[in-house]
Amino acid sequence: MPDIYLISRICVFAVPIILGCIIAAGLFRKVPVYESFISGAEDGIRTVIKIFPILLAVLTAVAMLRASGAMELIIYFIKPVTDFLGIPGDIVPLALLRPISGGGSIGLLTDILNTSGADTFTGRAASVIMGSTETTFYTLAVYFRATKVKYTRVALPAALIGDMAGICMSVWICRIIFG
Amino acid sequence: MINYIWGWMILLSLVVGALNGRLEYTVNEGINAAKNSITVVLSFAGIMCMWSGIMKIADDGGISSFIGKLLSPITHFLFPRLKKTGPAMRTIIMNITANLLGMGNAATPLGLKAMGELDKLSANREYATDEMCTFVVLNTASFQLIPTTIIALRAAAGSEKPFEIIVPIWLASGFAILCALVSVKLLSKLCPVPSSKIISRNDK
Repeated sequence: MPDIYLISRICVFAVPIILGCIIAAGLFRKVPVYESFISGAEDGIRTVIKIFPILLAVLTAVAMLRASGAMELIIYFIKPVTDFLGIPGDIVPLALLRPISGGGSIGLLTDILNTSGADTFTGRAASVIMGSTETTFYTLAVYFRATKVKYTRVALPAALIGDMAGICMSVWICRIIFG
Repeated sequence: MINYIWGWMILLSLVVGALNGRLEYTVNEGINAAKNSITVVLSFAGIMCMWSGIMKIADDGGISSFIGKLLSPITHFLFPRLKKTGPAMRTIIMNITANLLGMGNAATPLGLKAMGELDKLSANREYATDEMCTFVVLNTASFQLIPTTIIALRAAAGSEKPFEIIVPIWLASGFAILCALVSVKLLSKLCPVPSSKIISRNDK
C-alpha cells in the first residue's frame, strides 16, 4: 500500500518548491526575472490563441456527439474491451484520440473535466492519462520527416506499447491513490 | 486523419440525432458549446501565461544546462554508441530538457535537429537506427516536471486540488517510458536493421 499521505504532501509542496527554486536561482544568476516573466507570459498568450480554434472545434463536435446520443452508442460498443482493462467508459474517447491529436485531446479533457468534474475519479484519471502520454503518431511523423528513413522499424510498436502502459498505469494509480 | 475523425464526429451526431428525434437539440448543443468555448479558454489563459512566465525565468537562468548535467549518465546509458559531447548527444539532451520543462515549442525544433544529427551517423539510411527509435520513443512518452496545461485546465474546471495529479502523472509517465524503452531494446534485438551487421556507425 503506497503512502497516500506522503504522495498528497509531495503534490502540495512540489509546486511552491519548484517555484521558489526557479525565482531564487534567477535572482542569484542575475536574470531580469520580471522582464523574463513578462516575455514568457507573452509566449503563453500566443499558445492560448493557437489552442482556441482547436478547442472550439472539438468542444462543439463532442457536445453534438453527446446531445445526439451517438456518444452513448460508441461507449456501448467499446465497453466490453474497456471493462476488461478497467478503464471508465467516459475516458475511452480521450484514450483513443490522445495519440492522434494533441489539441483535440485537450478539448476532450476539457469536456470531461467540465461534465464529470475535475475532482471525480473520471476527471482525475483523464488528467493523468493526458499527462502521461503524448501525440504519438504526430511526433513519429514529424520527427522521421527530418531524416531519410523509409522504415521506422520498432519505433511505432514500442511507442504504442508505451502509450498503452501509460493509460493502464494511469487508471490503476488513480484507483489506488484516490480510490 | 484528424480531418476524418472530426468530420465524422459531426456527421455521426447529425445522423444519430435525426434517428433519435433530437436533431434540433443536437445542433443547439453544438452552438452552445461553441459559445462556451471562449469562457473555457479565458478561464485557463491566465494560469497558462503565468507558468510560461515562470518557465521563461528558469530558462533564462540556465536551468537547461543544469538539468543537462544531471541527465548525462542516463543519456549515456540510453545511447551508449554516441559520443558524450558530440552534436547528436548535445541536441538530444537539450530536447529532453525542453520536454521536462514543458517547453513544447522549443522541444520540437531541437528534436528535429537531433534526428538530423542521428541521420548523419546512420549506416543504412533507409532504416531507422536503434538510437533514432530510442530517441523518438522518449518523445512520444515524454516526461514533464509540472504538467502546466493540465493543472490550468483543472483549475479552470473548478477543481479544489488542481495539483493532486502531479505525482500520479510522474509515476504513470515513468512507467510508460520504461515500458517503451524496454520494448525498443527488446524489439530491436529481435528485428535488427536488415542486410547489414552495422546498425549504426560508431560515433566515437
